[in-house]
Amino acid sequence: MSNLTILERPWPLLLLLTLATLGCQNHSPSPTETRATAEQNASAGAGLATADQSADLYDALGKRDGIERLVEDLMHFIVDDKRIAPQFKGLNVERFHSNLSDQICELAGGPCQYEGMAMTESHHGITETQFNALVEDLILAMEKNGIATGTQNRLLAKLAPLHPAIVDR
Amino acid sequence: MIQPYARQLRACGLLVVIVLITQAQAQAQPGSRLWATGGVTTVEGSAGGGLVPWALLSGYASDTEWGGTLALSRAELDDFTLGFTGVSLNWRNRFELSAGRQTLDLDTLGAALGQDELRQDIYGLKVRLTGDVLYGRYGQWSLGLQHKRNREFAVPAAVGARHDTGTDAFLAGSKLFFAALMNRNVLANVTLRGTKANQGGLLGFGGDQGDDYEAMLEASLGIFLDRRWLAGVEYRQKPDNLGFAEEHDWYDLFLVWLPDRRLAVTAAWVNLGDIAGLSDQRGAYLSLQGSF
Repeated sequence: MSNLTILERPWPLLLLLTLATLGCQNHSPSPTETRATAEQNASAGAGLATADQSADLYDALGKRDGIERLVEDLMHFIVDDKRIAPQFKGLNVERFHSNLSDQICELAGGPCQYEGMAMTESHHGITETQFNALVEDLILAMEKNGIATGTQNRLLAKLAPLHPAIVDR
Repeated sequence: MIQPYARQLRACGLLVVIVLITQAQAQAQPGSRLWATGGVTTVEGSAGGGLVPWALLSGYASDTEWGGTLALSRAELDDFTLGFTGVSLNWRNRFELSAGRQTLDLDTLGAALGQDELRQDIYGLKVRLTGDVLYGRYGQWSLGLQHKRNREFAVPAAVGARHDTGTDAFLAGSKLFFAALMNRNVLANVTLRGTKANQGGLLGFGGDQGDDYEAMLEASLGIFLDRRWLAGVEYRQKPDNLGFAEEHDWYDLFLVWLPDRRLAVTAAWVNLGDIAGLSDQRGAYLSLQGSF
């Protein structure tokens, strides 16, 4: 009964250590580390021709061309998505395309600058349901463009912090 | 002899319902939350992994929707078979209600005890207090209750259990870290449970060595290989209230496959430690979940 030492059953400790490590990683991400782990063996799909070990997120997304193709496909998914299509009605399609491309390009570390409205300004009464629908459409668009899972996750990591500015509380 | 057949029949019936639901809604999706953000159904009916409830609410309902799940699970251990059949409802990703029946087939002990199985009904409530597993800075936090009622109490009473019903309360936190490990998304979960349950309640509640609520730590860590595959590990600390046999903590290694939102298949290797004096109860776990 008394022989249950932590050495014999180390899992709880290991789990906690791993959790703690993850927590720390999240708070102080080191840029060099992120680059080093970038898609070493990414199966190069369309728009990934330039991805190599040192490629940053912008390159991995296929630079400006790849991002513009991605946004165009995303817009097609949006139009077909009953949950959010009405929200985008009456929008200037070309301006939306170029603004969103700028924004993703800038977030990915590319040579662009987003000059559209602030997120809080351009979104009113957006529900969690609609936000989730948009993210789903983005993921489907990324899959359609052959963007590797790791690259998708890195872009989502950049976009996730926009959530509080977009969804109504 | 009749009972096992009746149960198999019910299990098959549920399996058919799960398949029908996933087929009938060939186009309609069960909700708007992203893939796997409802976890799967635990052996106690709350959304989570296999053994540990997570802060995630079941199914895929987002803030303007409702939905739910049906699940059928089975763990074939060395001397026992653990089963669970249950249903859950999720209202607007705020409340989760669950109900189900857990069974422990006494494969080895059955003849000696003159009883084939132990059963308990479990009713669960989970409330999302705050946050969001994907977008919340501090993840998502939920409070849960699991009310358990033994259907057979002769065996638990004989080994020293004090009560045939009990209610567990838990606080759970879950957070997804995007691109955290080899650019894969990592899901972390910590749960603190107050409980008197012996072997999750299958051997009653409280005992000769203790009849007070104790705080137990549970944790899970999973990595999304992609959006359809989640691999992970779970740990669940347990009390030890019965003097007749030592009770051990639970572990599992799991792999979830989500071909789409309507279906989740979980395979796991579980280690439930010693149960009722029979040592090292390990085995394979399989769970099917349909979402609507």
